[in-house]
Amino acid sequence: MMQFMLLFSRQGKLRLQKWYVAHPDKLKKKITRELITTILARKPKMCSFLEWKDLKVVYKRYASLYFCCAIEQDDNELLTLEVIHRYVELLDKYFGSVCELDIIFNFEKAYFILDELLLGGEIQETSKKNVLKAIAAQDLLQEEETPQGFFEDHGLG
Amino acid sequence: MPAVRGDGMRGLAVFISDIRNCKSKEAEIKRINKELANIRSKFKGDKTLDGYQKKKYVCKLLFIFLLGHDIDFGHMEAVNLLSSNKYSEKQIGYLFISVLVNTNSELIKLIIQSIKNDLASRNPIHVNLALQCIANIGSREMAEAFGNEIPKLLVSGDTMDVVKQSAALCLLRLFRTCPEIIPGGEWTSRIIHLLNDQHMGVVTAATSLIDALVKKNPEEYKGCVSLAVSRLSRIVTASYTDLQDYTYYFVPAPWLSVKLLRLLQNYTPPAEDPGVRGRLNECLETILNKAQEPPKSKKVQHSNAKNAVLFEAISLIIHNDSEANLLVRACNQLGQFLSNRETNLRYLALESMCHLATSEFSHEAVKKHQEVVILSMKMEKDVSVRQQAVDLLYAMCDKTNAEEIVQEMLNYLETADYSIREEMVLKVAILAEKYATDYTWYVDVILNLIRIAGDYVSEEVWYRVIQIVINRDEVQGYAAKTVFEALQAPACHENMVKVGGYILGEFGNLIAGDQRSSPQVQFQLLHSKYHLCSPMTRALLLSTYIKFINLFPEIRTQVQEVFRQHSNLRSADAELQQRASEYLQLSIIASADVLATVLEEMPSFPERESSILAVLKKKKPGRVPENEIKEGKSPTPITNHTNDTNNTSSVSGDLLGLSTPPTSQPPSSNTGVLLDVLGDVYNSKPLTNNTNNTQQQNLYNPKKFVCKNNGVLFENELIQIGVKSEFRQNLGRLGLFYGNKTTFPLQSFVPTLLWSDDQAAKMSIQMKPVEPLLEAGAQIQQLINAECIDDYTDTPSMVISFIYNNLPQKITIKLPLTINKFFEPTEMNGESFFARWKNLGSSNQQRSQKIFKANGVMDLQATRTKLMGFGMQLLDGIDPNPDNFVCAGIVHMRSQQVGCLLRLEPNRNAQMYRLTVRSSKESVSVEVCDLLAEQF
Repeated sequence: MMQFMLLFSRQGKLRLQKWYVAHPDKLKKKITRELITTILARKPKMCSFLEWKDLKVVYKRYASLYFCCAIEQDDNELLTLEVIHRYVELLDKYFGSVCELDIIFNFEKAYFILDELLLGGEIQETSKKNVLKAIAAQDLLQEEETPQGFFEDHGLG
Repeated sequence: MPAVRGDGMRGLAVFISDIRNCKSKEAEIKRINKELANIRSKFKGDKTLDGYQKKKYVCKLLFIFLLGHDIDFGHMEAVNLLSSNKYSEKQIGYLFISVLVNTNSELIKLIIQSIKNDLASRNPIHVNLALQCIANIGSREMAEAFGNEIPKLLVSGDTMDVVKQSAALCLLRLFRTCPEIIPGGEWTSRIIHLLNDQHMGVVTAATSLIDALVKKNPEEYKGCVSLAVSRLSRIVTASYTDLQDYTYYFVPAPWLSVKLLRLLQNYTPPAEDPGVRGRLNECLETILNKAQEPPKSKKVQHSNAKNAVLFEAISLIIHNDSEANLLVRACNQLGQFLSNRETNLRYLALESMCHLATSEFSHEAVKKHQEVVILSMKMEKDVSVRQQAVDLLYAMCDKTNAEEIVQEMLNYLETADYSIREEMVLKVAILAEKYATDYTWYVDVILNLIRIAGDYVSEEVWYRVIQIVINRDEVQGYAAKTVFEALQAPACHENMVKVGGYILGEFGNLIAGDQRSSPQVQFQLLHSKYHLCSPMTRALLLSTYIKFINLFPEIRTQVQEVFRQHSNLRSADAELQQRASEYLQLSIIASADVLATVLEEMPSFPERESSILAVLKKKKPGRVPENEIKEGKSPTPITNHTNDTNNTSSVSGDLLGLSTPPTSQPPSSNTGVLLDVLGDVYNSKPLTNNTNNTQQQNLYNPKKFVCKNNGVLFENELIQIGVKSEFRQNLGRLGLFYGNKTTFPLQSFVPTLLWSDDQAAKMSIQMKPVEPLLEAGAQIQQLINAECIDDYTDTPSMVISFIYNNLPQKITIKLPLTINKFFEPTEMNGESFFARWKNLGSSNQQRSQKIFKANGVMDLQATRTKLMGFGMQLLDGIDPNPDNFVCAGIVHMRSQQVGCLLRLEPNRNAQMYRLTVRSSKESVSVEVCDLLAEQF
């Protein structure tokens, strides 16, 4: 079971975090800090897996973003790399050539897509088509709503 | 600012841009505080906000939280959003709750109704939103509120596939929190049959669920084996076009394949059905064959997915450990990966080979790759890969290659990364001990370790070499000679001085015949290091010196001179001063005979498993390092799931069952300290964590400890508390071992004693404080000293409080300090027994009797064991009825000693016992009788 997933930038800024186990916020921050430092210190050709406490950490860099997952001893490292890749593909398809900014400005969408791919730390749907279909159905529900807030938003944040 | 999708919230985007434009951390905080104030005033204001505004502000709060700031309001607004009839508002509400709520359980009660409504919705998108939220929170409240609903959703024929997928994983999440929510009976088969579902996504999700259920109850779910094999068989024989969207880079359903292979690792190979077994082996062969086919794509995704399945198949082959052919093929395949271009593959191949090395079928095949593995250890650029190579060398080591592997590891140690040195030292020490046929080699290896990596040689390692030298006559002379030579190096490590000092003190006489290592020379050589050493080593050297006085009377005056120098203020350390003066006096006052007795050669240590192994295991809580070849499993019927990798039971059994301290000389003035140095080895063994402990309830039975001194006193899923105790006369020493079983630290860890002053007047207790932090996987020890002053009844309790996962925890345990612990067994013959028995029986006040029904089967052997553990002397051949037991003992208290006799008469026909206790004090008779009566 995946315990958590972190997305962070080359500068060490956390862009997305998803926890599948309950931890106090303080501990989450500590784990995040430790892992970001550890991973950023690693060289490009190094192995994508590392042992960390009693977990295995799998990470991969896509452009300026690092995707990092912590999994349990029994879990499959190579396939976790492909979970990351599938997620990247989904983001890419949804945003159209995704970049870090898309995830910053649409972080809620990034969460919604992740929730379709993984649930409770386990893979839910591996078919790219099906995940995108689910997200499209959500977007459709939104578009049916009457647009509002346009005036309120103009000028004031 | 990039375009915002859907009905993006412009205000949010503006805010995010502002934050990004902040030039400094201070500016960012200022901007955030301004925004927080704005949102707070909006939420508090008179104007009611519409859904859109609420959504926008809640989303901003979420963003601020994700930047790492604390958010303490907005929860109510988020809860309101849940019941919005606009999907986008609802969705943001759910997101906020999922991300922020796990700390606020009050809120959970409020959201349950909204979730219920959405769960009942006809729109599957709403249902899934609710399911995702339940799974994200996954708390006990959620399990209680939805435990009935979700299993129905999962197996109902009306449920849509997408909902089934979410329901399966949601149920899994709740099951992990609350295992009792899974209904049994007919549900079992319905859940298992999800493996046959048409929809691959449903099968994938369901397989995760079933895997967890099987771990809990393998017998009930064993029907899943044949279904899983069939499903797997269909996938591996499918062409990549068959599975359409579930094919990933030309690999058919890699996720489902891996999950099925994982699921099958919960069982031993299916034996009662040779058909299933045959089909499974075919699948595994097919997977191995495919690995040899040329890749269908150059993309790394293709190779990763394909190899993910391959590695999982190899794990299953290793787990089954029954098909020699498959094991050897797996080994060859991994051998090819060892020289693959991809670092990831080399890493995994080394790791997987470690497991193959422990199978009798493939051990030899693994050994063929020794050269490549040694090269990996030396040449890999990435330390984590080098580490794997070290692990593999350790695993593949046996008596045929031990010398070579140990030598290579020693060579590498000179340049090895600091991060892996300590562990390597432990491994070399274990291998050298385990495969030594010639103990001179062992001594050489350990001394080399100290020379090369002295700083990383832990106490356990040098204690162990001393134990072994003491136990083996044939190596003592060689050891003395070798340490003597090693000590001649101009700079030698302090650990070398310790080992050298100890060994020369015991066996220096064996090399004293040679003029080059005469007593004089030995003494001067050791003493030349004295000033460079820490007080602890100096104390050890002083003990060596007093031993020299016994071994070499000719240098007595010289040694006494040194004692004299250190027996006064020149020695700043009180311990050293005291030692020096006491040793000096001992050497002056005691006759040669007394000296010879007190300073006799150390007796052999009991043979037992090396404590170094325990240290190594402790260092790696995640994986148990193995250098043990398991016998292959013959196909046996499916048994209960036992964790085969967890063959550490011998260690924990050893630890808990035994506490024999090293057989030591009768404690004599100060040489005791010398013994204690090694005695600590036995006290510092960690309790092994049983990480796969599925049982959730607390394990606590204080009654058991009336008749035993050591064992696991308490255990739940967070903590294990072990106890070891020793009693002599009216004194007792208890070691409590607190082991943190979790992966997170236990904070504010405070044990508090409940023992009033009145009670303390009868038994005084002193305990050493412990550190308030118990790190993940770590164990700490707390020492408690007790003195029995007068007779007492209740026993002290200990309240252990700590914080785990922000939740305060409190555990109360009774310390095993019942009055019988202060018994001294008394041997006596029948005549004197009956005389005393009669004598004590004269007054009713001295007797206590109980007649009670046996608590379970009357096993007289077990009764015997318990009586012996109780602390009195079991006297055989005194009672004319051989089934009856009689015992005698004296309870030691500071104020008095109370003689005590006991008779236990089992009546098998009636399933009853009669227990009579007579002693010179009524309260003691009653207490002893009460304590013992509960045992049978």
